[in-house]
Formats: sequence, structure tokens, C-alpha cells
Amino acid sequence: MPEITYLEAIRTALWDEMKRDERVFIIGEDIGRYGGAFGVTHGMLDEFGEKRIIETPISEPSIIGAAIGAALLGMRPIVEIMFMDFTLLTFDQLGNQAAKMHYMFGGKATVPMVVRMPSGSGTGAAAQHSQSLETLLMHMPGLIVVTPSTPYDAKGLLLTAIRDPNPVCFIEHKVLYKSKGEVPEGEYTIPFGVADVKRKGTDLTIVSNGIMIHKSIAVANRLAQEGIEVEVVDPRTMVPLDTKTIIDSVKKTGKLLVVHEACETAGWAGEIMAVVSSSRAFDYLDAPMRRLTGKNVPIPYNRVLERAAVPQEEDIEREIRAILNGEY
Amino acid sequence: MGKVQEKESFIEKASRLKLSKEQLLEMYRTMCLIRQFELMADKLYALGKVHGTMHLSAGQEAVAVGISRATRQDDYLINHHRGHGHFISKKADINMMMAEFLGKEAGYCKGRGGSMHIADFSSHNLGANGIVGGGIPHSLGVGLAIQMQGLDQICISIFGDGASNEGVFHETLNMAALWKLPVLYVCENNKYGMSMDIERVSAKLPIAQRAESYGIPWYYIDGNDLLTVFETTRDSVERIRSGNGPVFIETQTYRYFGHSKSDRNLYRTKEEIENWRSTKDPIMRFGNQMIESGMMTKENAEGFDKEALSIIETAVEFAEASPDPHPSTVMEYVYA
Repeated sequence: MPEITYLEAIRTALWDEMKRDERVFIIGEDIGRYGGAFGVTHGMLDEFGEKRIIETPISEPSIIGAAIGAALLGMRPIVEIMFMDFTLLTFDQLGNQAAKMHYMFGGKATVPMVVRMPSGSGTGAAAQHSQSLETLLMHMPGLIVVTPSTPYDAKGLLLTAIRDPNPVCFIEHKVLYKSKGEVPEGEYTIPFGVADVKRKGTDLTIVSNGIMIHKSIAVANRLAQEGIEVEVVDPRTMVPLDTKTIIDSVKKTGKLLVVHEACETAGWAGEIMAVVSSSRAFDYLDAPMRRLTGKNVPIPYNRVLERAAVPQEEDIEREIRAILNGEY
Repeated sequence: MGKVQEKESFIEKASRLKLSKEQLLEMYRTMCLIRQFELMADKLYALGKVHGTMHLSAGQEAVAVGISRATRQDDYLINHHRGHGHFISKKADINMMMAEFLGKEAGYCKGRGGSMHIADFSSHNLGANGIVGGGIPHSLGVGLAIQMQGLDQICISIFGDGASNEGVFHETLNMAALWKLPVLYVCENNKYGMSMDIERVSAKLPIAQRAESYGIPWYYIDGNDLLTVFETTRDSVERIRSGNGPVFIETQTYRYFGHSKSDRNLYRTKEEIENWRSTKDPIMRFGNQMIESGMMTKENAEGFDKEALSIIETAVEFAEASPDPHPSTVMEYVYA
């Protein structure tokens, strides 16, 4: 299987789906000649033309609104929001309009659209270009929330997202754009609501997403040399959430650490713990469930501070040891 | 781009607009039906039969009927929260509307939406919106889809005076003009955004002149004069359907009822309301013109009111006899 980057996997999914289905178009800022802020749509203007690669003024709420209107008429719009932080400008269109239309119109309207949005810190982009806001989107019934962590997942989940009849928030971690992985050339889809056990283990379950999956696996591989086997569960879609895989894993390991870059207060770690604590897995726990998350702080600019604001590998290792050694 | 109307009689104007007596009578009857629907809605609320809120459009009937009769049934409509009149004039099923108003399973949205979210996608009525200005940007996508699919429909995007101070209003006008989208923008100015007089919240009036800055042709017209609304819409639609991009019409009108059920009209005088009712009422004005021109009698007019009331009463019976949605279905339709 060829190895390609996370960014290339996303572009491939967009490209293939635009070839396959003429209802699909992309709309957003600087996605034409510039290729998008991160280069995801590079080359697509030449291939598909400006009728299907629609460049817009800087008007995020109305870009999402335009996608909604087109979706109502049976098109399959894909929106690129340059940074996830800018979705805060669009919350009426995402939260009041797209998310609710199917329900409040009694099932008669569908809004099949995808909103792609790069998230996360690590690039020195500071407080307004580095957030992980998936929890806000998870709190709006009607939206699907996808957080791919690998090139393979990105392509398979994006194809599913484009074909899904619901509004899908597709959250791409910007630091992962250059990461590589094996991706089949042909078409394949990954269903929503199916978690992936990214690393098998028996001693402790980590539930994580996005870039934190990679940090967790790196730590787990090091600890394996000491005979500690950590299982890493990637929900892949936060909504819908595959609770069964999480519960089964915790039943097996008896210990849970939730790791996310998003900040702590009311973050989704609490949701995972609530799912586990109200399930049969509670009976299998032999240590308190713990969370390791981004701090409750805007992402700072300075490299040292930026690193300190979100979980790093040494933090994950420390937390795992604390749980295993009863140091909590 | 204001229009200078030459003095012409009602009959001359109707004849110039090629409107037959039957068409004029149908327009009158539709306005009566809207008025009776709104009066009944108010009555049902007073009787404690309405669970939620409502936004009544009595006084604004000529805007709804003028626009719908100058556009096509298969044109797309995106509406604001005060939408009953527009749906009725787009030939919505009155029984299903009333059932939705009373929150019943037989309603347009199966009781999930209520007065503020009535939609009928099968007749290209893309829904009313509870967020002021929230539906305006959807017109961009509808316009783009019409262009991409090579259709000859247009999109009619209707919003109130209050919405013109939302950011999406400006964003949308800019893009619609830029992309020459087939959209008719109608600002239904009823003078108040809830309690705020438009003159207290807008630096420069009329609202329609804002379209000028985006290069969009605009009109500021008497929204209570049915044939003026009809003619301006007809001319605008012709331009839009020919691929020349959007047009903006501001219709000056007035609502008789409060903003919603909790409104005690503390921000306007009884005299002001009474003055609009007695001198500018759209149904009275059009009715008098019809009678004076011999196309309708007083008895006809009374008969049309009774006919409308009877349709509305049947709808109430239908709605009241319909079951509530079952509680076990509360989670249906969250996801498609």
C-alpha cells in the first residue's frame, strides 16, 4: 500500500468524490490558486474550475449559510473554514440552522454538507488560530463530529462524510497534515460511530483523538519495553460515539485515562468517564478514571508556553504511571 | 432607482398589468384568508390553545400576495419568522399549517417546529426562520444550486427591517451581486424590530439604499398597495430570471398585532396603529378599488370573508382532532 500524507489523503478524498459526483463542490476562502491556507485544495482549481472550487469573500457565516442553501437543493457542498477558531463566527449557521433543520422541519429537510476545519496547537499560531473546539460542536444535536488521526482514517471518513445526509464537522489536526501513513488507492469508506483500537493492550485504556493518539501510542510503545501494555482507543467520530468499544476496552484493562488537547472544563473527557461510570465497565475499574487535557487557558504564542498548555508525551507517561502505581 | 408612478386609475393599472378580474378576485380572497388565519391564531392563543409563541402578519397581506402572484409556484421561498401570510399565498395546505401551529403530528413539521418553523419542501417553501437574518445567507446556496443545475427558478429571500442590521445581510448581498445569483431580496419593513423603530436603529434610510453599495438595483415601495408590490416584483423577477443578478425590494408596511404574544405595545401609540388600520389597510384599500371599479360588490367582499373564515374554522377542527406526536418519537429526525 502506498504511503501518503494526511493532507494528501484528504485531497485524494475530495478529488475522487468530485470526480464521482458532480453535485459535490468546495466553497471557502483562498481555496483556488492559493490552494487553501494549508494547501489541501492545491491543484483542484485547474482540475475542476471555478464553478466547483468557489472562492469567497471573508464572510464565514454566509459561507456556511450558502452551503446550507445548496444542500437543501440536493447539492453536496464542502466548506473549508481556514482555521477551526473561525467557526465561532459561524455558530448561528452551524448550531441554529444546519444542526436543527432536519428536526424542526419534521424530517423534511436534509442538510448534506461537510465543514472541514483545521484545529489544534503546535504551530505558534497563538490564541485565535490554535484551538480544539470539538466539544462545542458535540453539544449540538444534529451535527456529526469527526476527528481523524491518520491518513487512512482521514480518507475513509471524509468519503463517508461527503455521502452522509447530515451536516458533518470534519476536524483536521493541522500538525498532522505532514504525517504519513498507508492509504489504499481505491475507494473505501469508514462508517461513523466505529472506534478503532489503534494499539492493543491489557493494563490501561487510553481514549484519545487527533494528534494525542500519536503521542499516546509513542508513550505506550516505550512503556511496552517495561512490560506495561497500554490500549489506545480512537473513537474517530466524537458524534456518533462508539461507546461499546470504549466500555469493552475498560472492562478488559480496568483502568481509564482520557487524553485530549481541548481544554479541561466540560471537555469531552468528562463525557467518556460518564459513559464508563454508568456502564458495566464500572464494576471492572480498579483505579479512579483520570483525564489529561489541555489546560484551561488560551493557547499562548511562546514555544515553551504553548507546549505547556497541552499534554505532552512526558505528561501522558506520568499519568499512566500514576494510575498504575496508585499515585493519585 | 425609485419609480415615478404616473397617475392612472385602478382599472388602467390592472389592465396594464394584464391581470384579469378572476386573478384580482383570487388575490383579494387570498388576502382575506391570511387575515382570517391571523385573527384565528390570536383567538386560539387567547383561549389558551396555543402552547408556544406566534408572530402575526395582519396588516402585511399585500406584500405576501403581491410577491407570490408575481413569481412562480416553483420558485424557492426563504422566509422570516412572521411567515404565515407568505405560506398561505404560496398555497400551503391550511389544515396542515393550523395543525403545525397547534403542535400536532399532522402539521407540516409534525409538531416539531410550530408557527416559527413552518416549511413545505415539496412546494419549494424552504422554511421560516426563528433567527433574525438567519435564512438570508441560505439564498446564496439556493442561487448557486439553481445556477449549477441549470434551473430557471429564482429564490425569494424575505426578511424584516430588523434583519438588515445583521452582518449576514451585508455578506450575502455582496456575494449575491458578485455571483449574479437569481435571488429576489425582499425587506418587509413593518417599521418595528420587536419594539425598536427602524429609525432608531438605522443610520440611513430607506434600508433598500444599502443595496446600492453592492451594485444591486433597488426599490422602496408602498407595501400596502397590492398592485404596486405585484408590479415591482414582476419587473424585478423578469430581470433576475434573465440572468442579470439580484434585485432588492423594500416594502413599507405595518403590523397590527404586537411582535409576539408577550407584546403590550408600549413602544407605539394606539393612534398610530389605528391610523394605519383605518387609512392604509391593504385589504380595505384593494377591496375599495375593486368595488369602485365594479369588479366586486360589498356583498361579494363579505362573502369572501365568510368563505375564508369557514376554511379557517375547518382547519381548526382538523388540527384539534389531530393527535399530539407520541412522546416516544421525541428523538426522531435529529439525524437523517
